[in-house]
Amino acid sequence: MSAPGILERSLTDLAQALSRREVSSEEITAACLSRIEATDGKLHAFLRVAPERSLAAARASDARRARGEARSRLDGVPIALKDIFLTKGLETTCGSRILEGFVPPFDSTVVERLEAAGTVVVGKLNMDEFAMGSSNENSAFGPCRNPWDLERTPGGSSGGSAAAVAARQVFGAFGTDTGGSIRQPASLCGVVGVKPTYGRVSRYGVIAFASSLDQVGPIARTVPDAAALLGAVAGHDPRDQTSSPLPVPDYLAGLEDGARGLRIGVPREWLQGGSEAGVERRVREALSAYEAMGATLVDVELPHSKYGVAAYYLVAPAEASSNLARYDGVRFGLRAPARALGDMYGETRDRGFGAEPKRRIMLGTYALSAGYYDAYYLRAQKVRTLVRRDFDRAFERCDLVAGPVSPTVAFRLGEKVADPLQMYLADVFTISCNLAALPGLSVPAGIHPESKLPIGLQLVGRPFDETTLLRAARALEREMGPSPAPEAVG
Amino acid sequence: MVKDWQLVVGLEVHAQLLTRSKIFCGCPTTFGAEPNTHVCPICLAMPGVLPALNRQVVEFAVRTGLALGCAIQEKSVFARKNYFYPDLPKGYQVSQYELPICLGGGVDFTLDGAERRVRLTRIHMEEDAGKSLHGVAADGSSGVDLNRAGVPLLEIVSEPDIRSVDEAVEYLKALRTVLMYLGVNDGNLEEGSFRCDANVSVMPVGSTVLGTRCELKNMNSFRFLRQAIEYEVRRQVEILEGGGKVVQETRLFDPQRGETRSMRSKEEAHDYRYFPEPDLPPVRVPASWIEEVRRRLPELPRARAARYQRELGLSAYDAAVLTAELGTAELFDAAVSARAGGAEAAKRIANLINGEVARIANEVVVAPAAGKLTPAALAGVARLAEAGTIGGPGVRQVIEQLFRDGGDPDAVVAARGLAQVSDGSAVEAAVDAVIAASPGEVERYRAGNQKLLGFLVGQVMKAMKGKGNPVVVNAVLKRKLEEGGA
Repeated sequence: MSAPGILERSLTDLAQALSRREVSSEEITAACLSRIEATDGKLHAFLRVAPERSLAAARASDARRARGEARSRLDGVPIALKDIFLTKGLETTCGSRILEGFVPPFDSTVVERLEAAGTVVVGKLNMDEFAMGSSNENSAFGPCRNPWDLERTPGGSSGGSAAAVAARQVFGAFGTDTGGSIRQPASLCGVVGVKPTYGRVSRYGVIAFASSLDQVGPIARTVPDAAALLGAVAGHDPRDQTSSPLPVPDYLAGLEDGARGLRIGVPREWLQGGSEAGVERRVREALSAYEAMGATLVDVELPHSKYGVAAYYLVAPAEASSNLARYDGVRFGLRAPARALGDMYGETRDRGFGAEPKRRIMLGTYALSAGYYDAYYLRAQKVRTLVRRDFDRAFERCDLVAGPVSPTVAFRLGEKVADPLQMYLADVFTISCNLAALPGLSVPAGIHPESKLPIGLQLVGRPFDETTLLRAARALEREMGPSPAPEAVG
Repeated sequence: MVKDWQLVVGLEVHAQLLTRSKIFCGCPTTFGAEPNTHVCPICLAMPGVLPALNRQVVEFAVRTGLALGCAIQEKSVFARKNYFYPDLPKGYQVSQYELPICLGGGVDFTLDGAERRVRLTRIHMEEDAGKSLHGVAADGSSGVDLNRAGVPLLEIVSEPDIRSVDEAVEYLKALRTVLMYLGVNDGNLEEGSFRCDANVSVMPVGSTVLGTRCELKNMNSFRFLRQAIEYEVRRQVEILEGGGKVVQETRLFDPQRGETRSMRSKEEAHDYRYFPEPDLPPVRVPASWIEEVRRRLPELPRARAARYQRELGLSAYDAAVLTAELGTAELFDAAVSARAGGAEAAKRIANLINGEVARIANEVVVAPAAGKLTPAALAGVARLAEAGTIGGPGVRQVIEQLFRDGGDPDAVVAARGLAQVSDGSAVEAAVDAVIAASPGEVERYRAGNQKLLGFLVGQVMKAMKGKGNPVVVNAVLKRKLEEGGA
């Protein structure tokens, strides 16, 4: 099998080829590295490529395969990580100047588990600074572009992760999702992105944005690929006490069971013209496809989801204002020279943080201030409870909820930069899922007829029921046939 | 006039818990290591790290709460207290705010013979900060030592129930003793593992409306606490009598000058922006666990003192002194049980501890139980004293040596020749010699000058090189003097 050909294949196919020793990890890793070399000048999905490190890991994997000691079916598969995951000995910036040059002394739990599975990490992916953004334009190191149209955004904040997977630079990637940061870029780049239930994947060693909302998840080209990647990292971690002790099911079992018998809730609030026409039409067509496959559509209501964006933009900045306090120039990262302590803090943070983190630190500090806490933070937390109750009620009548991921297809770079509120509304459909701590995913649902840009369908499930979500997504994926590859990067 | 004003004090105690590792990571908590050697990514607040709660901290909090009669909360919540300071690595302290682990309770103690109780508001768990070190580098810049960052603390907050300086000191001593009995704190004020802030206000005598309070910090001894409150009362009374108003503020005690001075006013006070710590789930303490901790509670100082009075017939004073330190009480109990001599022997052992042992311990500034004197050796000394083998000076010398070097009392007595001579014939010979050598004094004694007995005893003791048993010497001398006069 030739290397360029195999880059087109899914991660699942590659894993099979590796296990049959039809291709070596070294060959495939080298192929990914040349693909990155050839395309990333235009795409800018990577902040850092680690050729020597990844080739060494690939050779080690090949040696294991040769000895018959593969660590898992993913042994030797090249993947990449959003630059929010701490990687021992490999610079990790979280897309921020304030962490430029920061080389972590330890690996995040996710990285440890990926290493235990034998995967090969080829580099670190572009992102909005501290995962704050929906377009990748808040990266301190310049935006990543959409492989379907280089003038457009790949989405954010895990834009680099979605773009790299869509552009065939790697077979899978990991991102984080605080308000839609996996699902929205997956939708805009035409790939699969899964945000698991809060607590399903350890956050240890993942740089925090909003601790009660952040969750790690995979981005891949197919649903089985995403399921395999999720299975490799999910599960309890004693170092993250918010991680769940529930056992991890085999996400691949039952994946091909189809949509027959599933009750799919359609929230009327999500299909009331809040999206551009082409998006809403594709979502409705996908829902019809489910019906044709034997699923039942059920009308459900999520009356509090309209308060989601407002609540999110209180809770997330409040937590962020606290989480970002540690970037003070004292122990690591950037330190601006100054004579007095207060000046050092001020200068360091002024130079180190971009406009969006500063805006959110200010919003969050305000929301937590004496006299405002009850009106803002506490009330926003109450909204979370109400949003969760809406879903609980909906799940009495359905197995999962479906709707759009993003109200639009990929928008042009620069289009929303001047208007933060418009940018925040890009997450209007994805935020509820984080507020309610539920699992959600984006699966390709076709191409917009005019713009020829991909559109994703969002599925949201019961807590820890990723299995049903993946099964439903797989059914649509099979129905739709293989997604086309983007052509803008060649 | 100070006497026209009523002092009102509430105390906040920060007690470092004697866990082996820190509250949210596995780093050791030992004091005095080289700066920044007991640190890891978690207590350094590296990006991406998360806290993992040390269960021992919760158990210590429950143990303390039970001992102080608090209501243990089955659900409590950690919260972030946000402020910037170089010794606070995360930019927030993980503490408890709206839902602490213990509510209510109180500390009981005796003040001037009267029973007192100071109520507690709450007890909560939190992490300690590091320490700024100023002028440590060659260029005079400051550094920070984060060894202490993340060491677990209990904050114990009293109600403003305290009405005098003596009461503040006795409350603090009683609380410290309980914590040391529980094995949760080492009670060390100087090293800062037991720290105290005082909220002090005054109001006109007879008033029930509390005055404006000031929070006093940096009193690292009982003496400084006393000085700080006394100074603060005079300062506040002077302001109020001059027609002024006390400003609510935090004031730092200066031990050199014995004064408090303003650190920050209410306006400059931090807005800590507390919110529930999202990285830690609520702390759940099931009722079954609370009961298990309750069953394992040690006997507490006041219960122990009551037992000494009830079962061993000790005075309230002796019982209180013996129970003020757990080690002393344990030395006492073990020696009493080794001696197995009943109330009489217990009283003798109590006197030895509160007398000679306390004196020598005090000289070298350690606790009575900190020497090398074992309970068995102490019981041995009591036995030797009771049998008359050694007298007062002998007891003193044996205990000094045993306290410093350890060993067996019989061997010390033998090696140093400390045994008294109680043998009748030896004493009689010495008495006869003294009577023969002091005819004038004997004459006058017999004529009725009883005071001369002491002189004559002294002469006999001198003749016996101090080893005569004073009881025997007295008896023999008296008999001989009376016989001769008859």
